[in-house]
Amino acid sequence: MTSLPATIFRELRDPLNLVRHLPTLLAVGLVLYAIVAGGYVVALAGFALIYAVFVTGLNIFMGLGGQASFGHNAFAAISGYTSAVLTTSYGWETLPAMGVGVLGAVTLAVIIGYPTLRLKGHYLAMATLAIGLIVYEIAVQWQSVTQGYTGISGIPPLGIGKWEAASDRAQLIVLSLIVILAMLSAWRIRNSRFGRALVAFSGSEDAARALGIDVARYKLAAFVVSAVYAAIAGSLLVHIVGFVSPEVFGMSMVIAGFTMLYVGGIGAVVGPLVGAVMINLLPETFRGLKEYQDIIYGVALIMILIYAPGGFASMSTLWRGAPSEDDTIARDPGLAVNALEAKP
Amino acid sequence: MTRLSVKGLTKRFGGLVATDNVSFDVPEKGVTAVIGPNGAGKTTLFNLISGFLPPTDGRIFFDGTDVTGTPPERMAAIGLVRTFQLVQLFPQLTVLENVMIGRHVRTRAGLMSALLSLPAARREESETQSKARALIAHVGLGAQTERLAGVLPYGQQRLLEIARALAAEPRLLLLDEPAAGLNHGETERLGLLIREIADGGTTVLLIEHDMRLVMNTADRIVVLNFGAKIAEGTPAEIERHADVIEAYLGGVAA
Repeated sequence: MTSLPATIFRELRDPLNLVRHLPTLLAVGLVLYAIVAGGYVVALAGFALIYAVFVTGLNIFMGLGGQASFGHNAFAAISGYTSAVLTTSYGWETLPAMGVGVLGAVTLAVIIGYPTLRLKGHYLAMATLAIGLIVYEIAVQWQSVTQGYTGISGIPPLGIGKWEAASDRAQLIVLSLIVILAMLSAWRIRNSRFGRALVAFSGSEDAARALGIDVARYKLAAFVVSAVYAAIAGSLLVHIVGFVSPEVFGMSMVIAGFTMLYVGGIGAVVGPLVGAVMINLLPETFRGLKEYQDIIYGVALIMILIYAPGGFASMSTLWRGAPSEDDTIARDPGLAVNALEAKP
Repeated sequence: MTRLSVKGLTKRFGGLVATDNVSFDVPEKGVTAVIGPNGAGKTTLFNLISGFLPPTDGRIFFDGTDVTGTPPERMAAIGLVRTFQLVQLFPQLTVLENVMIGRHVRTRAGLMSALLSLPAARREESETQSKARALIAHVGLGAQTERLAGVLPYGQQRLLEIARALAAEPRLLLLDEPAAGLNHGETERLGLLIREIADGGTTVLLIEHDMRLVMNTADRIVVLNFGAKIAEGTPAEIERHADVIEAYLGGVAA
């Protein structure tokens, strides 16, 4: 089994590859710059890193498993609110509060995943959309716990025991470590029996079943695993910002997540980081456009889907060694099918 | 010894009888072929045997065990693996990874052992890889190992699908029209490969239109027409069988 460091080393030895990996290096560079420089860019880099974790989860369910979920904000919300309530109202420490939050999200993922994952295509997408909306509505209405639109403030920062990541810089470093772990785990999942099973049924459910892959079971597992990433991101978000309200985990989280997933490159391990950094940091260069954020996301998404369906990270397919010139065919199953059928 | 035994198998889709009370045995050794004109119910028969469709009536026995209604993922686990008439590869994965997925039922590593990169999982992974490489070389795709499956020429995709099925070490391999779309030379090599698989101890049951391939590789032939079995026997017997000639020539002889 090839290890991640070995692959990175091999990839970077060739100067030509440096060009291919430019988006990734740029993303990492921007985060490092934020850590060193501090100031306003720190908050943005923090958001980018948190979203990188969230999108890594989406990437496992959507990029590897080939499924669609519009409701992963629900898992972020469950864990985020659990963290917020346990630390502020009950004086819990950050880490155990996050743990309970993630467990809660996993439980919800199993309960809703079991029946809904039997649905296919649009039906599954609609079901997950409904779940996101329901959890949002609960966050608004259950005022005794969530304080409705007012939200919960005074949430403590990340920390372990007595140590707290109080400074912006410390928070960024902690977040960077978490993102590295998220990428490493995604890499290991992708290059394992488990991860291959997911890519298998996203390619052909019949072939996967014929080879003994229990598709229903693996779909549920992928859903739950991706919910764990979303939940961790949700908790990180409330601890970094120190405040939570329903809007934090609204539909915009899903839209932002999707944009980052496709801009970065769906299916690629580094895609979520590249996408999250690009979407969070680059629009800042055009400050005046802040109010038009959703429009920019939308336009970016459409442009990417049309002109670069593999996303920016497709220039640097860190999943594997370099795919060849016929990569486009492989990336578009429809094209591949057409190519097959064209043969006599 | 009988590898597979089909008894009174019937499948109705509404008013259409796709498979009509079909019974036959597949001996443990050698290659058995199912032939018949288009619409004779061959693929439905395969879907019933491999568990993709539940039969309306009848039973299926695999190595003496009643497996009627067992889902395909279970069938694969107990040693029955099929290929598809329209090649079903995982196009976004490499040739190597496709065959590694074939090892799914012969390996165990779960999510946790992968996340923690446990020694047992790493060992299994490298073993899976070396077995897959050997199979790829065996079917003659060695040079394509790292290419994406979706970009291979059609004939190589067929071979890859067979290599992937073999990776599961099946006791019974079901091949659904493996020669469809292959040229003459490719079909000939495919015939040799099928013979080799059968001689290696894996029972082969194949559906095929290419009569030359069937006559050269099959030890026994089952003939279907309009969902029902009309003949069964050795290639020499089938060639002379009046009903078979009638079915294929559509009454021209009459």
